[in-house]
Amino acid sequence: MLGFGEVYDYVPGKVDWLAHGLAVEGKRTVAPIAGRAMRDDAALCRPGDRIADVCEAIERSPYPFALVTTDDRTLVGRARLSALDPASERPVFDVAEPGPKTFRPHAAAEKVAGFLADKGFRWAIVTTPEGRLLGVASREDLERLK
Amino acid sequence: MATPIGLDGLKTLIDRGAQVAEVLPADDWAPVHLPGAISLPLRELDEQHAGALDRTRPVVVYCWDSL
Repeated sequence: MLGFGEVYDYVPGKVDWLAHGLAVEGKRTVAPIAGRAMRDDAALCRPGDRIADVCEAIERSPYPFALVTTDDRTLVGRARLSALDPASERPVFDVAEPGPKTFRPHAAAEKVAGFLADKGFRWAIVTTPEGRLLGVASREDLERLK
Repeated sequence: MATPIGLDGLKTLIDRGAQVAEVLPADDWAPVHLPGAISLPLRELDEQHAGALDRTRPVVVYCWDSL
């Protein structure tokens, strides 16, 4: 191919790179996207963690929920404090909500904020296309980026 | 014929010193592109424009997505 020995085609393309929240260059790197509003400060837990322990973790965090992930941070559920019994020894996965709604880091902040407002939600969970948790973006922070 | 790769393959090649080229029009490259990627629009791809690349190093090309 034009005298080149090793040529590769990154088939998933630029969208894939952006969807993973990876660094970029160019004139619009400060675009108002969800990835710029997210914070990595939610309580995390594993599916087998005791509900009592998860409740304590949630109370130490800025959010009323914990995110249930695997060891490699793949999101598998969300546990809301209001639905948990703080005295329960059961594994949190028994009561967690499976497959919560998620957004990609390159999603327009305005669109995500609008969705949250329409649904009456306060936070957006941001993941890669494979479901690996990147962070949580509040509606307030998203709206500040608009 | 280019060898198809995914994100992990791309990262490995970048670590090996691969050159990255975006084959979209320059107006798509300018706002946002992969770090270090040069603009090499497909319509302009010929011997002269490809001369910006080092033939002794791997080259990775990409566009918007797989569609």
